[in-house]
Amino acid sequence: MAAADLLLTNYIPVLLATVVGFIMVITALLAARLLAPFSQEAGKGTTYECGMLPLRRASTNVGMRFYLYAILFVIFDVEAVFIFPWALSFIGIGAFAYWLMVIFIAILALGLGYAWKKGALQWR
Amino acid sequence: MNTDLFGLQVNVWADAALRLQLIVVFMTVVVMGLIWAERRILGRFQQRIGPQKTGPFGLLQSVADAVKLVGKEDLRPKNADPWTFELAPFLVFIPIFMGFVIVPFLVGWNIKVLELGLLYFVAISSVNIVGWVMAGWGSDNRYAMIGGLRAAAQSISYELPLVLSLLAVAMVAGTLNLDEIVRQQGSVPYIVWQPMAFAIFFIAALAELNRAPFDIPVGESEVVGGPFVEYSGIRWSMFMLAEYAGLLIMAVVGASVFLGGYAWPLGEELGLGWQVVLVGAKAGLIIFAVFWIRASLPRLRIDQLMGYSWKILLPLVLVQILVNGLVLVYGWSEAILGVVGLAGVVALVSITGRAANRPRQIPARAAALKGEAA
Repeated sequence: MAAADLLLTNYIPVLLATVVGFIMVITALLAARLLAPFSQEAGKGTTYECGMLPLRRASTNVGMRFYLYAILFVIFDVEAVFIFPWALSFIGIGAFAYWLMVIFIAILALGLGYAWKKGALQWR
Repeated sequence: MNTDLFGLQVNVWADAALRLQLIVVFMTVVVMGLIWAERRILGRFQQRIGPQKTGPFGLLQSVADAVKLVGKEDLRPKNADPWTFELAPFLVFIPIFMGFVIVPFLVGWNIKVLELGLLYFVAISSVNIVGWVMAGWGSDNRYAMIGGLRAAAQSISYELPLVLSLLAVAMVAGTLNLDEIVRQQGSVPYIVWQPMAFAIFFIAALAELNRAPFDIPVGESEVVGGPFVEYSGIRWSMFMLAEYAGLLIMAVVGASVFLGGYAWPLGEELGLGWQVVLVGAKAGLIIFAVFWIRASLPRLRIDQLMGYSWKILLPLVLVQILVNGLVLVYGWSEAILGVVGLAGVVALVSITGRAANRPRQIPARAAALKGEAA
């Protein structure tokens, strides 16, 4: 068997887990469809609120803060993706690989420090 | 393409399917047990009894709850986006279930040993946040919307310390294979060399699972349940199932990576019975700590929560990774790692304590408003 086949064979359980998870949810939903009462009245379809009906759709404006954190997250998640292969192989390469990663993390830490100084990490 | 299933030679597909069936039963039973245990333990902490009427010690409470939930009407608000609303429970539950593939329960009792197991775990465990945001956005309800956004913001912030603290162990272990990591801890578990990584892993896991004190996305008093406020009946129970299944996975992975799983302290040649006791005790300890913290600590504010991840946990875990690299690349003694890790824990606790005791800073705009009012 070729190496690629072996690699894919390893991930058969992952594919099956997706299918089994899907079946679990759909079975539960079908069971509820069979067993649960079902009567759609006008009042039941309204949005849950405290007392009165909401005036507009809920999906309107979103705070700017979420966007800033999302950008920071993308930067540091890409960093984590770079650190993963390095963490497994840097001992074989030696001190050079280590100090390169120190510089890489230092640059990112500088970025984090800048964001901190600018107040991007402060939730207002 | 045959593999070994408990001594039998079977097809790879059949093998995976059988093991997944076992997990389905195991997960359902354990989740029901966890819900019962949480209610009983919380009851003790709050000086009441907890569920007691259904079965001996209220053991059948979760079964009764499940029957009730299946028989409850499944409502969908008129304004909700049908596709997003209907698909969100799938996207919340399926990624959590996929996480079970790599969890090393006992020797030979995992679904599959993946060479990149840890990477797979951190990748798959963060997918379900898409489901939370979909539930929040699709419900067309302000509480749900705010809850979904909070869940997203919190999850992405605590994802980084979680991933990097697991990576700190992977550096020492030299592999991402979870089974291999457990086997290496036959004599000394990694919590001895990486205490700070464990502390950060535990805190970040609490936040990833939306457990108290990091439960602002689902806080009842603020957003009345958050993203699943519009869900009812069996659809709502998918969120609960995912939450407790996630708790189970997080506890077993934490027990395997940091506390030595089935290997420590008696070695992996032990009989299955003792392995069950060991893994159960370690995972149970983590789960009990989660319940204990829920009973002890009040909920954080969102500014405290985001600041804690970005200003305290992330820098500390980056330092931990650099120290690990320094010690490993120059071949210094592992004892240095233990000492540095303990110092890190002391630093983490003292910084957290100082941040918690600092008087609240009123934002400039609110202060100005207060001045006008006075």
